[in-house]
Amino acid sequence: MEHSGALQLYGNASVSYTVGAMVRSDVELMLQVKAGDDESFNLLLQKYRGPLINFLFRMVREQATAEDLAQEVFLRVYRARKQYSPSAKFTTWMFRIATNLALNSVRDNRHRQMDVSIDAPVEEDEAPIQLPTREMRIDEHMIERDRSEFIRRTIQALPEKQRVAVLLHKYEEMDYAEIAKILDCSESALKSLLFRAYETLRVQLAPLVNPAGQPVAQRAGKGGHNL
Amino acid sequence: MNSLKKCEDISKQLIAYLDRRANSADRHEVEEHLAACSACHARAAEFQKLWGALDALPAVEPSLGFDARLRSRIAEEPRRRWFGWLTLQPRLAFAMAMLLALSVWMGDMPRASNGGESVNTATEQDFEAIKDLGVLENYDVLSKFDALSEVPAEPSPADRQAQPVNQQNPDQQPPTQE
Repeated sequence: MEHSGALQLYGNASVSYTVGAMVRSDVELMLQVKAGDDESFNLLLQKYRGPLINFLFRMVREQATAEDLAQEVFLRVYRARKQYSPSAKFTTWMFRIATNLALNSVRDNRHRQMDVSIDAPVEEDEAPIQLPTREMRIDEHMIERDRSEFIRRTIQALPEKQRVAVLLHKYEEMDYAEIAKILDCSESALKSLLFRAYETLRVQLAPLVNPAGQPVAQRAGKGGHNL
Repeated sequence: MNSLKKCEDISKQLIAYLDRRANSADRHEVEEHLAACSACHARAAEFQKLWGALDALPAVEPSLGFDARLRSRIAEEPRRRWFGWLTLQPRLAFAMAMLLALSVWMGDMPRASNGGESVNTATEQDFEAIKDLGVLENYDVLSKFDALSEVPAEPSPADRQAQPVNQQNPDQQPPTQE
C-alpha cells in the first residue's frame, strides 16, 4: 500500500516528515518507535492518519467518531510499541486494530439506535458538509451530494465483512493477502467475498452505473449471481 | 450448463483481473471467457463503471486539533502505565498492602521487656481507679453508703510497723487489758 501521494504538506516541517517517511519503511520506523524514538511515531502518524480516518469514516459515517477511533488506534499502536515484532506488515496490524474498533463501534451504535427507536431514520447531518466548488453550480452540487450519500448508504448496507473488504480493496488499495489477513480468511474466500460485495453494489447502484436502465444481470435473467 | 459453471468459476478471478492483480494464467483464462460470454463481458464493463462511481465518494480531512489531541493523550501515558502496571499484578499489590498493614500493626505493639508484666498490671490498676473515680469523688454517695461502714478499716502506718514484730514472735501474745 502506498500513501505517500495522499500526504498533506503544511510547510517545511511536513516536507521533512514526508521525506523521512519515504526514506524509511514502516517496519523501520516502528522499530525506532520501539527503541524510544517519538519522532518516528510522528512520521507514522503523518503518513497514516488520513487513510485511517477516511477508512473509519466510511465504516462509521461520523467524522467525530471516526477521529476518536483513529486516536484509539494510534494510542494502541503506541502502547504496544515495546512488544512490536515485524512479523506482519505494519498496515496489516494497524488496519486490523482499526477494523475491530470500527465494527465494535458500529454494533454498539446499532444497539443504541434500536433502544431509541427501531424505525428511527438516519440523520441527514451525519456526513460532513461538502461545500460547492467555484465552478460547480448549486444544483450540480446538490446532485453530487445526493450521489455521495447514495453511495455511502449503499456501502453501509453491505454485510460487515463485505464492507470492510470493499473499503480496504477500493479505497486503501491493499493487496489480497493483506486484506485476507485483516479479515482472517483465505485469499480465495476473500475473492469470493469481494465478488459478492461488488455484485450487490452493482445492482444497488444501478442508477449510477447504468443510468439507461437495469443492470445487465437483471436484464439477462434472475438475480445477480447467475453468471 | 457447462457455460454457467464456467461463469461461476470465473467470478472469483474477475475482480483480480479487472484491478490488474491476476497472474498471467488467470488473466488468460478470464480473457478467453469474456470473449465467449457476452453476459460476463457486460458485467465486467459494469464493474468498471461501478468503480468509477465509487470514486465519487469524497475523502474527509482530519480536523486541525487531531495531532495535538493525540500527543496530549500520549503524554499522559506514562502515568497511566504506572497504575496499569499495578492493576495488572494484583497479587503484588495485595502482598504490598499486607506488608504495609503488618508493619503498622507491629509499630503499634508495645516492646516486650523484662518488666513487661508489671507494666501491664499497673496499667490495669490505673484503669480500675479511673473507672471508679466518679464514684470516689462524689462525697454524698460515699457518706450515705452504708456498706462502707462494714468494711474493716485499713491498718495505720504505725500498725504496719508493729506487725512484723508480731510475726517474728508468734508465741508472744499481745498484752491484754483486764
